[in-house]
Amino acid sequence: MLEIRNLVVDIEDKRILNGLDLTVNTGEVAAIMGPNGSGKSTLSYVIAGKEDYTVVDGEILLDGESILELEPFERAAKGVFLAFQYPLEIPGVGTMTFLKAALNAQRKARGEAELTTPDLMRRVKAAATKLAIDPEMLKRPLNVGFSGGEKKRMEILQMALLEPSLCILDETDSGLDIDALKIVADGVNALRAPDRSSLVITHYQRLLDYIVPDTVHVMANGRVVRSGGKELAIELEANGYADYRQQAA
Amino acid sequence: MPAVQETVERVKAIDVDQYKYGFETIIETDKAPKGLSEEIVRFISAKKGEPAWMTEWRLDAYQRWLTMREPKWARVDYPPIDYQDAYYYAAPKRLAGPETLDDVDPEILKTYEKLGIPLREQEILAGVKTSRVAVDAVFDSVSVATTFKAELAKAGVIFCPISEAIREHPELVKKYLGSVVPVTDNFFATLNSAVFTDGSFVYVPPGVRCPMELSTYFRINERNTGQFERTLIIADKGSYVSYLEGCTAPQRDENQLHAAVVELIALDDAEIKYSTVQNWYPGDAQGRGGIFNFVTKRGDCRGARSKISWTQVETGSAITWKYPSCILRGDGSSGEFYSIAISNGRQQVDSGTKMIHLGKNTASRIISKGIAAGRSDNTYRGLVSAHRKASGARNFTNCDSLLIGDGCGAHTVPYIESKNASAVFEHEATTSKISDDQMFYCLQRGLSSEEAVALIVNGFVKDVLQQLPMEFAVEAQKLISISLEGSVG
Amino acid sequence: MTAELSIIRTAAETELIERFSHVRPVLPGDGVVKRLRDEAFALFTASGLPHRRIEEWKYTDLRAFMRDAPPLALKPEGEAAARLLGQAPPLGDLATPQLTFANGHLVAAPSDLAGIEIVPLADALASGHPLTARMAGLEIARGNTALALNTAFMADGAIVHVRREAGAARLELRFVNGAAQSFATSPRLFIVVDDGAELDLVETHQGPDGLAYQVNSAVEIVAGAAARVSHVRVNDEGLGALAVSTLTVALGAGTDFKSFALTKGASVARHQIFLGCAGENATIALGGATMLRGRQHADTTLLLDHAVPHCTSRELFKTVVDDEAVGVFQGKIIVRPHAQKSDGRMMSAALLLSEGGTMNNKPELEIFADDVQCAHGATCGALDDDLLFYLMARGLPRPEAEALMVEAFLGEPLEFVVRDDVRDALAGLAATWLSERR
Repeated sequence: MLEIRNLVVDIEDKRILNGLDLTVNTGEVAAIMGPNGSGKSTLSYVIAGKEDYTVVDGEILLDGESILELEPFERAAKGVFLAFQYPLEIPGVGTMTFLKAALNAQRKARGEAELTTPDLMRRVKAAATKLAIDPEMLKRPLNVGFSGGEKKRMEILQMALLEPSLCILDETDSGLDIDALKIVADGVNALRAPDRSSLVITHYQRLLDYIVPDTVHVMANGRVVRSGGKELAIELEANGYADYRQQAA
Repeated sequence: MPAVQETVERVKAIDVDQYKYGFETIIETDKAPKGLSEEIVRFISAKKGEPAWMTEWRLDAYQRWLTMREPKWARVDYPPIDYQDAYYYAAPKRLAGPETLDDVDPEILKTYEKLGIPLREQEILAGVKTSRVAVDAVFDSVSVATTFKAELAKAGVIFCPISEAIREHPELVKKYLGSVVPVTDNFFATLNSAVFTDGSFVYVPPGVRCPMELSTYFRINERNTGQFERTLIIADKGSYVSYLEGCTAPQRDENQLHAAVVELIALDDAEIKYSTVQNWYPGDAQGRGGIFNFVTKRGDCRGARSKISWTQVETGSAITWKYPSCILRGDGSSGEFYSIAISNGRQQVDSGTKMIHLGKNTASRIISKGIAAGRSDNTYRGLVSAHRKASGARNFTNCDSLLIGDGCGAHTVPYIESKNASAVFEHEATTSKISDDQMFYCLQRGLSSEEAVALIVNGFVKDVLQQLPMEFAVEAQKLISISLEGSVG
Repeated sequence: MTAELSIIRTAAETELIERFSHVRPVLPGDGVVKRLRDEAFALFTASGLPHRRIEEWKYTDLRAFMRDAPPLALKPEGEAAARLLGQAPPLGDLATPQLTFANGHLVAAPSDLAGIEIVPLADALASGHPLTARMAGLEIARGNTALALNTAFMADGAIVHVRREAGAARLELRFVNGAAQSFATSPRLFIVVDDGAELDLVETHQGPDGLAYQVNSAVEIVAGAAARVSHVRVNDEGLGALAVSTLTVALGAGTDFKSFALTKGASVARHQIFLGCAGENATIALGGATMLRGRQHADTTLLLDHAVPHCTSRELFKTVVDDEAVGVFQGKIIVRPHAQKSDGRMMSAALLLSEGGTMNNKPELEIFADDVQCAHGATCGALDDDLLFYLMARGLPRPEAEALMVEAFLGEPLEFVVRDDVRDALAGLAATWLSERR
């Protein structure tokens, strides 16, 4: 379970998050919506532990434990997974190599046995098939020369393999056409589980047609300003963010 | 890259400043008196049982060396070397020409075992490795063992210590020694010509594809000793040989000089692939000790359509000064240079290549990856030149530098000279760092900082690693990670 | 064993030393200026003329090229001056306020430009104008022998001070050379552009073919914070000339600096640019187009010093070599420790049009900071045969097809030129050069 209390975050002395409160229960899929610049991506980076952000105040608890002092890789080992809005290219590093390195690093941190290469291959191929990822892509360097849609699918593939307890999807729908969006959404839905929480960050309601959230939170001016059920997303689609912008200003 | 995980463990297991090969072997040694003189040159020649022409050749080199000065153009900085304060000959005592490995001092065999180089053929055969490698092991000034000689001889391949070649194959040595790197080529090459003690000799007869990888493993053990090895490889018409070279030395707080000369000759349609994993002791974090690696390596594509390919992984030495080069003399010949040079601590690297296009339709390719960390300096220096008659010459050069931390320097100094309109030269160079975003991405997937750096760097150098024979590639990959140990906070 | 060889001076070096001792008492300026000259000349006496063993002069052996040191040019008077100035300017009439130099001596200058102070250098040195104290100030240029010789012998030129109130100021520096006998000249310009001021500067050099004269010119530019300076230089010297020129540039924070050099003249030309970023966020664009034929030798050498963070530089130099000419490009980008976020990109491309031409390229990076983006590239080759064939298949005769391709090749760096009329005139010069190809 993720619990965020009164989170205040600066980047280079500029306040981005301003007393944010948010609770995501175990097994719940929560959507975070909000206008551009409301601090949605910052929230995802701060949970994952990106360096450039200064946490001025507040607390982030994962299963009751604070994770603020942990390094990003320690958070990852605890089950935090961030699907990046803009996945990074790593030239020369084969996709399989990367997957194996990441998976085994996390397994080791959790005291689990490492996967053998054939075992890994089986798992990767199974996951890749579901996401309609061409096996040839797995032979190429990670994300290098991938299209926007391919990169996003690769993020979901990693998510499926790493089996996190908290999935954060940062604008995963951006740059996807409708077919790719469906594939990605199916991938995410397949990972729904009673012991796994998800935080789906999006600007548009469209994604939520495919990944139906349990709760919807609206962010503005670095805070959650309204929470509700999935019907809130539909209301936002109809009325836009104008009300919240004014509220923010 | 299956070895990444292993690399990462290796990195974790090692303390900062821990050079894996820093141990010393305690054996009795036969040494020449300290210092350099005509007597010492004669002493070395006599020890090797050399014919008079070889002694004269050395003495001539020594006389010329006396008139020369150390080159100062490289971007390296070191205190003056006292050439009289070193031993120029050191050999393990129990070595009156060992007939079999049983005659070799068991301590030496243990040393090579510890270094992961088995010298007993049956051990190699019993080992897990599927491909076999013939090894010439050079310990300080002498070759202590050469494996698989008999099997190679069946194919007509000569693979032996150069001192043996001087005695057994004088016609080949006379014809080719000094024909690529002339005696007076440069200060260090001239010094080597006077005092070289051992090294490997390879001759591959016409049309023969050498049945196995050949390898020389160099080890400096003695204190205050310089190592001056000499390697001569001749690939006759239509032949092929792949040769590997590895080097280590004990950890000491003094600087030791290593001034080798390597000459390669490829005749018509022949190909030589020469790979180096250089891991001499680099000195400690404060820059104390370490090997001065001043090496002259040059290949002569003498024949039409011949090919010489240099691949180097340079991680060791306090100072590296080497430019494995190709003279593209034969029409249609080609040269390649693939390099990974890693510097950390206070290491200084000034390395690169020369591609000299003389013949028609010659081609060369240079891929250089420099990685600087700590307080080190890493310079690529290269020359590509097309002479008047080199119509249709082609070169492609790519030099990338990666800086890790803000205390180091990475420099690129290419010289590109064309005297032929139909020569096409392309050169590109970039300098960058590992981006914060890339690092964060890896960390988010659960890799630690060091694991992430190792992974990204291995990706950065992949184009070059792929050029190495398989066994070496895995070893080199581990070495890269170890060399960057302590480079991230 | 390794006895130091005693220095053997060439005839030119000996003549220079004698000349300096003769003219030193009569050269303008005393005190500070005399010391500046003496220090500069001491650099020369210690090292002599730069030669091929000096790394920066590896491809341009000035000691070998400079066989003698002809006498210093006197200021042309009367009819001789009028004849000189009657030559057609390389870029035509640009309708721009003009400082005119005859054999290196200032003979005409505008006097009534708002916000711009122009002082003849001889007067400024003699009277101890306050700005003279800031001359020869760029550290990275200090060890350069050619610039030092200019400093030692500088007799005329101008100090130009552009203030903010000048608005978008334009100036032309027109250097015209010519005489019956061989001569040497060392004009010096010191240009200060105040914080926030703007200057567009065009500098042309011309002279007659068939006369072996020597020009060693220097232009120093000091630009204040947020200044904008664009500079165009044309070398249309006579084909017997030895033309060494130095441009030093010191940039303040947030300045925008552009410089473009077209080189087609002189028997031996060396243009050197030393540029230092003293303030953050400067933007630099340097370009060049060099066209050589016969046995011409032209060298462009630049040293770019990213000494402070956040500066961006772009360099694009093109060289076309015909006949038995020799082109040289040496470019070095230095990024000092802590100059993070420096962004430097340098490209040199050369086209060899003939069997006998030579191009020497040496692009260098010297990087001491990790968070930087630096790259350089260099290419060298002939015209693309496939493209040439394509054009000829479309009906263009070979010379025209070649000219079209060369023009396209040279055109790219011309984008660095701000003024449309100047860019057109430069393109015209290139076109003329091409039409003169045999």
